Amino acid sequence: MLSKIVRTVANQLILFILIFGLYVIVHGHLTPGGGFQGGAVIVSGVVMLLVAFNSQELKKSLRERTLSIMESSGALIFIGLAFAGIGIVFFYNFLVGTPIFGRIPVTGPNPGDIWTGGVIPLMNLAVGLKVVAGLSAVVLAMALFSSGEEIEE
Amino acid sequence: MMEHVPLNFPFLAAALLVGISFYILIFKRNLIKLIMGIGMLASGVNLFLVALGYRTGGNAPIYTDVPEGPMVLPVPQALTLTSIVINVAVLALMLTMVILIYRHTGNIDSKKSRILKG
Amino acid sequence: MDKLLIHSPILIIVIPLVVAFLTPLIGRAGGKARNVLVVASLAFVEFLVIILARDIYLNGIHIYTLGATSPALALPGGAMVPIRIILEVDGMSIFMGIIWATVSLAAAIFSLSHMARETGQTRFYTLLLLMVAGCFGMIFTGDLFNLFVFLEIASISGAALIAFRTRFADAVEGGFKYIVISAVAGLIFLFAVGLLYGQYNSLNIGYLAHVMQYSTLDKIALTLFLVALTIKTGMVPLHMWYPDSYTVAPANITAMLVITSHACMYAVFRVCFTLYGITLDPATVGWIIVIIGLLTMFVGVTMAVFQTDVMRFMSYHAISQMGYMWMGVGVGLAVLGNPGALATYGKAAISGGIFHILNHAMYKPLLFMTAGALFHRTGTRDLNKMGGLGHNMKFTLILYIIGTLSIAGIPPLNGFASKFLIYESVYQFNPVLAVVAMLVSIITLASFTKAFQSAFTGPQLPEYKDVKEVPKPMLIGMGILAAGIIFTSIFPGLVLEHIVYPATDALINQAAYVNGIMGGMP
Repeated sequence: MLSKIVRTVANQLILFILIFGLYVIVHGHLTPGGGFQGGAVIVSGVVMLLVAFNSQELKKSLRERTLSIMESSGALIFIGLAFAGIGIVFFYNFLVGTPIFGRIPVTGPNPGDIWTGGVIPLMNLAVGLKVVAGLSAVVLAMALFSSGEEIEE
Repeated sequence: MMEHVPLNFPFLAAALLVGISFYILIFKRNLIKLIMGIGMLASGVNLFLVALGYRTGGNAPIYTDVPEGPMVLPVPQALTLTSIVINVAVLALMLTMVILIYRHTGNIDSKKSRILKG
Repeated sequence: MDKLLIHSPILIIVIPLVVAFLTPLIGRAGGKARNVLVVASLAFVEFLVIILARDIYLNGIHIYTLGATSPALALPGGAMVPIRIILEVDGMSIFMGIIWATVSLAAAIFSLSHMARETGQTRFYTLLLLMVAGCFGMIFTGDLFNLFVFLEIASISGAALIAFRTRFADAVEGGFKYIVISAVAGLIFLFAVGLLYGQYNSLNIGYLAHVMQYSTLDKIALTLFLVALTIKTGMVPLHMWYPDSYTVAPANITAMLVITSHACMYAVFRVCFTLYGITLDPATVGWIIVIIGLLTMFVGVTMAVFQTDVMRFMSYHAISQMGYMWMGVGVGLAVLGNPGALATYGKAAISGGIFHILNHAMYKPLLFMTAGALFHRTGTRDLNKMGGLGHNMKFTLILYIIGTLSIAGIPPLNGFASKFLIYESVYQFNPVLAVVAMLVSIITLASFTKAFQSAFTGPQLPEYKDVKEVPKPMLIGMGILAAGIIFTSIFPGLVLEHIVYPATDALINQAAYVNGIMGGMP
């Protein structure tokens, strides 16, 4: 547990890091970024909290059961979106042309339009959810290991 | 200043990284140094993949507000991203196993903490 | 049913993935529901593999393009280069697929009672299903980078499974060695894929075979491929990690890991026969593969003779038997440019090697599972401490005898059929190789007899007086493999004609593979 100044600043900064990470995830089909990159940004915020507070304190907020359910649902949403186009082919982009994310972009250089891309932004969100849950569980487990206790079933 | 750098400079840097990492893997005994060597090998291979796609004077391969001119190839960048994700998982697994080995045998020198022989 | 057949290549890879991520959610409802789900999904995958196999033997190569407007559309809109990830299943791929589906079903049933005492079983089944999905992806794909990704998935989950019982210090050390070696081999493989992409601007195996000119960079790429896959398969001189990792894993995981190294060997055959084909120098590369196989056979069996740990003993024998397969197929590769010799003994050598893959994949997991059964009841793997267990464990004794007679090549069991094919054809290539192979076979029989005598026969030791037979799920798992061995022993001609010869033809015939993707383009 570090001093009061560090804890207060960390509490305020985590909000900005979360927003920046979500921006990188959602705009994955327009600017460099996407599911894994945005998820890694959010996990670096979690690591900042882990350094500022104790790992025992953080274990009360990020319970192992919640992280496990989040991780499994992220993966299942991703494969479910891929299965939804199985009428034609697996991974078929069935949302192109429909009102949900389905506008066709103009060819050539353009200021990006967020409602394009079809199934890709939704898959980015699912991957981002899975990466956040998975990597924070890894980081939390290593911190708890080093201080001498384990996460049981 | 960029004209004085030879065009295959990234490939030389990638070869140097791979060479140093093989030296570390063969000759160093500390387990954490082994893991750092594998991280360096991964960086060398990733640099090689990204440098394959470079075209002279090219821009980033995205269409949002891009200036005129040629673009670099996007496929090696996708390959590199997948490789980075896989290496994150592998490094996390290796570090966890080193923590467990330290807990069982008390040191992380590969000659002193060996149990399996023959 | 028709729709199921068209989509079956991707369903076989994705169903284990979906169930792997469903298992933590369903595992909260109880252990029995999760066990039923895992076994039912693996049985369904086996059913899909069988109907896909029937279709391929009747109609030829089956491709599946992910994300196009129709599954067989590899070149959309008049393009000259195939785009998107394409899965391509031919005779050799479905041969490995049949083996993998059967062995993983047997191993999953075995682990229902073998791992019943461990905590964290939900995570065990998740990792097991991830390894199943990773290996299927490695076998069915038609794309080089996809091969790398699935190779890494199988390696990571395999390493986590080896080190699963973290209370044993040597298990964690074995898992650490496995993941370090696999990471280095995977990165060398990726370097070679990058070299090929930089030259030809494509990652598809069929397209690369079409445009391959054997320049200097391609020779370097071939060398790097062979080095990376030799490390992963456990061939001499890069085999030091193999016995350490395969000794300390739970017994059914070792059974599955042996098939994973077979899948890496399948990748070697894909690279040599289909990706490079005639353009490589068949005599040189073939001789290199034959020499590696010969060294492996010999070193494996001589290191196995004096082992006292039963699982380590069987791992060295696994290395030695893989040498047979490399030697058989290497002889076939060495005469690939010579149609007369190919028809006389080359095809028989390749068929012998491939038939030996099938036999090995049945008797080696069976032997590992019997060693696991011994460990389950006595708590030790040391042969010096065991003795007289044949009085109590009668079924395990019979299964062990079937496995031993098979591995030593005694007629009438199936090991004899494949080894005889290899001896006959390799003798015509070079007599020294056949003589060494027969010598290795004799030493194999000798060492297995020694192990049999120390573990099962002899007077009953006092501390093992009330050791019972192993529980039913373990016997069912071993029984599935033993039934396969007995079927192959009684009808070897049937198995050869329907399963092995289509695989041989698929390997030699590079043009059919390329036409499956390019669709008749010049």
